[in-house]
Amino acid sequence: MSTNYEDRDRDSSFGFEREYDRAGGMGGRGGRRMQRRKICRFCIEKVDLIDFKDVRLLQSYVPERGKILPRRISGMCASHQRLLAAAIKRARNIALLPYAAD
Amino acid sequence: MADKRTYEVIFIVDPEADDAEVMKLSEAVQKIITDQGGSITKIDMWGRRQLAYEINHKREGSYVLLEVEGSGAEIAELERRMRVNDRVLRYMTIRVDEDRRRAQKFKDKRARKAAKRPLTGKAKEAAAAAEAEAAE
Repeated sequence: MSTNYEDRDRDSSFGFEREYDRAGGMGGRGGRRMQRRKICRFCIEKVDLIDFKDVRLLQSYVPERGKILPRRISGMCASHQRLLAAAIKRARNIALLPYAAD
Repeated sequence: MADKRTYEVIFIVDPEADDAEVMKLSEAVQKIITDQGGSITKIDMWGRRQLAYEINHKREGSYVLLEVEGSGAEIAELERRMRVNDRVLRYMTIRVDEDRRRAQKFKDKRARKAAKRPLTGKAKEAAAAAEAEAAE
């Protein structure tokens, strides 16, 4: 397992970061608020188990601040979001992920 | 408790401990488990790794991951020992057999569904041809 996951942090969350900004900044009416229907990545890949040890995967669902990416942004289905949230919390407990990043 | 359970035990050892000490500690852990009637199915040393946040003013630590099979009694003993050992910065035990069984169930379900799905197009023709061949 490689150790320089600090670098990976920025890269992996970048795609979501942009989406995050767009959704948040859209205050007015109209615009391109409704984009495409987002679909659950885990459902497509038929993931049944999300492992807390898979830091690289989990990291793509915790933006810089260290919070868990909400479902409305990632488009995840409810059951996978639950699995993911549990995995992230486990990873936090064992210091693989931060509770809060300054 | 007659049923066998599977646990994942992960713990972080003080970065000041060298490899030999980490080795010794993990051997001690294995001994505790086997003494209590459990068995170890996997042992994985991740080595030194940066912590995501400070624990006891330490910024890194050596991770050790174990997979343990047993009744649960050995986990209680192991956790008690790790709590008093100040070389262990943090530990976590997770019961994995239930989650794995659940995942397996979904997988089986999918496989069954795929088998039941009526064949269409080319696949149907191929199946019919194979049947005809078998009849001859």
